[in-house]
Amino acid sequence: MGNHGDIRPTLIEQYRRRAAQVTGVAVAIGLLALPALGLAQDAPTSAATAYRDIPQLGGSRNLIWVIAQLHLLLAGFVLGVPIFAWLCEIVGWKTGEKRYDKLAKEFTKLLTSSYATTALFGGILLFMLIGFYPKLMAYLSDIFFPSFVVYCGLFLIETATLYLYWYGWDAMQGTKKPLHLFLGFLLNVFAFFIMIVPNSWATFQASPVVIAEGSDFARAWAATWNPTWWPVNIHRLIANVVLGGYICGAYAGIRYLSAQTAEERDHYDWMGYVGNFIGVFGLLPLPFAGYWLMREIYQYNQQMGITLMGGFLSWLFILQAMLIGVLFLGSNYYFWLGITHRIPGSEIKYRKPIMTMLVILLLCLGVWMTPHSLVASLEEARKMGGTHHPLLGVFGVMSAKMTVANLMILVTFMSFIMYWRAGKEETAGWAKVAKALMSAVLVIAGIVVIVLGVWGYFVPAIIRINYFSVAQVLIVLFVMLTITPLTALLLRSARTTTEMVWGRMPPRAGYALVLNAVMVILLMTLMGYARSSSRVHWHIYGVMRDSSQYAFSPALGYAAAFMSLNTFLFCMLVAFIFWVATMGDKAKGKDPIEEKKQVPVGAYPAMAGGSQTLDKKH
Amino acid sequence: MKGGVLVRSIILVVGIYIFLKFVLPLVTAPLPASLIFLYLTLTLSGILIFATLSGESTEAFWGPIFRFLRGDGQEGAMKLARLAVLLLFPLLVGWQTYNSTAPSDQPPGENRTIHPAPPGEFVGLSNPFQPTPENIAYGKGRYFSLCFPCHGNFDGKGPAAKGFNPPPANFSDPTTIAMLQESYLFWRIKKGGVGLSIEGMPWKSAMPRWEHELSDEDIWKIIMGEYDGAHQKPRTWE
Repeated sequence: MGNHGDIRPTLIEQYRRRAAQVTGVAVAIGLLALPALGLAQDAPTSAATAYRDIPQLGGSRNLIWVIAQLHLLLAGFVLGVPIFAWLCEIVGWKTGEKRYDKLAKEFTKLLTSSYATTALFGGILLFMLIGFYPKLMAYLSDIFFPSFVVYCGLFLIETATLYLYWYGWDAMQGTKKPLHLFLGFLLNVFAFFIMIVPNSWATFQASPVVIAEGSDFARAWAATWNPTWWPVNIHRLIANVVLGGYICGAYAGIRYLSAQTAEERDHYDWMGYVGNFIGVFGLLPLPFAGYWLMREIYQYNQQMGITLMGGFLSWLFILQAMLIGVLFLGSNYYFWLGITHRIPGSEIKYRKPIMTMLVILLLCLGVWMTPHSLVASLEEARKMGGTHHPLLGVFGVMSAKMTVANLMILVTFMSFIMYWRAGKEETAGWAKVAKALMSAVLVIAGIVVIVLGVWGYFVPAIIRINYFSVAQVLIVLFVMLTITPLTALLLRSARTTTEMVWGRMPPRAGYALVLNAVMVILLMTLMGYARSSSRVHWHIYGVMRDSSQYAFSPALGYAAAFMSLNTFLFCMLVAFIFWVATMGDKAKGKDPIEEKKQVPVGAYPAMAGGSQTLDKKH
Repeated sequence: MKGGVLVRSIILVVGIYIFLKFVLPLVTAPLPASLIFLYLTLTLSGILIFATLSGESTEAFWGPIFRFLRGDGQEGAMKLARLAVLLLFPLLVGWQTYNSTAPSDQPPGENRTIHPAPPGEFVGLSNPFQPTPENIAYGKGRYFSLCFPCHGNFDGKGPAAKGFNPPPANFSDPTTIAMLQESYLFWRIKKGGVGLSIEGMPWKSAMPRWEHELSDEDIWKIIMGEYDGAHQKPRTWE
């Protein structure tokens, strides 16, 4: 008996352990078997299965939503980063500033791990699509099989080029640098084609072109060259540059906030500037590309156009205006902080121009965010005589939106020009004439953009769309193409009055950079939802109907929760990629900014607003 | 002036609120609370951006707020004011939270889709009749006999208009029919309020379903008359 007393606790302990093991194994088996629950539902009719589902894991549509969005965001990242890195490498090569080359290399290092992650999500997405939507995938495969082959080929040469580009970085310095730059060029060319091939599959679903006769290649080509293919290609290409730039900015912002030494602060302050500059560089033409895309959608199908811009998805564009507004404000705020903190004593000089630009930006944003149909209580709607406000309702249509978008682009461009010129005094004899000319161009352009916007209300829609809106865009581009070279010429002979000092930005500058990156990611998730939802209950618009249980559009709040979730998951993935990629450096105990010390604080003026004096010394 | 930036900011926000809430309605319809909130948020964002551009301006803006909340060197009335703020602010937040979650007999704010997408069979239709003076005159005649009571002289102010909520559309407003293709109007006239698609819920339109009274030819000619009378052009792609 006495023994029993000794044995019992041991047995209980063993049972407990085994129970824990058995439970663990059971849970693992259960989790692994979960898909079988869903798959088993349609097993008897697998030959004609149109859909499969795993409701226990949130449903097929939600799973596809998350994985597809993450794959797209990662793809945007891995296509945007090579553009960003290549541009930095060119600047480094042309100016001889090693820190640009080092920055380019730092970001190219991310590519190997991020390519693998993107491909992983692409693979998961493909398996899920084949599993959940076999009928749709069979149809798409039948049409696009030739482009599948092309896509695989592109992946092979892109991977080979990436390996050569990354592993050959140090070997191809000096006289071999042009060869390395050419590899970078090829990397971006192949990446562009890798982007546009799957774009054709996605855009085909929205604006299909189906021909009944012809060879496989002819059918695939007709389906590829659909009405929204090129607008999406251009829009995504520019958006990828923006994403790459702002993510670089966010990375620099976080490193700046956690910097331990003055050198680190200098380096990451400068890196943040470059990231913001490239982000803004892409952001300025992005609304034009977006407008072209929407125009093509509207022209392709009135129903889809109205669903997006006037129908139940139109509220997404008010959210879009808010996010873009924050992005414009955030980017300008960062420029302005740069002027007041990096160029000592310039605060008083630039305070009034900054205030003017801020007021214009806010007024424009006020117009952009004003919906055509206002959210109003019953009583408020009665007082207004409907949900259209008799006075402010005019802000709710495209004529007003296009006008303010163009003005905001002009203001942001001028913020950059102001930053570029800060701390310098023009010495050229023709400086006064040039400055007067630039002011005149800017003021006249602003007035003409506003006049065209107001006039747009009094002409047929087609005149506004085909002529007035295009003219507004061309005027803004003209301003940029006039003022940029003139400023560069002026500054070539300018005298530096105040040296630019890096590493003096306040912490809020770092937070602004992070905010900008989050806004861009949120925007991509928002517009991804808009593009996908515009097909409403069609897998392939007008060709193959969605007959699954998910053939309905989720409510805006539900969709917004998924957008936020996807944004969060993507940020976590990017943080992980950065962590993995920089782990080696930390382990080596190597000072990541050692080489930077060899470079003076000054910067190449076009990129970083540095000083001529220091550049000359260098 | 110590605290000057902060005081000016408060005056600006209050001034804009008074303008939007009380002055603007003197010349036009009152603004809904959602729009006033949006504009005030923008104003506040602008103030925060401008006030935090430099270290000095940041201190001038936040300094008085932090010192007040910390109670640095406060005595008498200021001390009482601080205590009142610390007490009242949470109560205000609580009251606001209660107000926004408590059951109410007021209907929620409208978030109706005014222009839902037309059904597929109405997409891409074009007016089969030429806009000759005869056709336009015929369309206007039908318009004045059938549509005028509500839509008036193309301005949405017919004799019966005041009886409807939402009011009949104002065709002379450049943000209504000028933004739409003729096929859209054809759908709306033919199918009326009861023919609105699901995304247009809640269906709040007293527009009659004219397909039982009017032939397609009449509807197309009325559309011509409407555009001509309202001095607008339909959206086209050519």
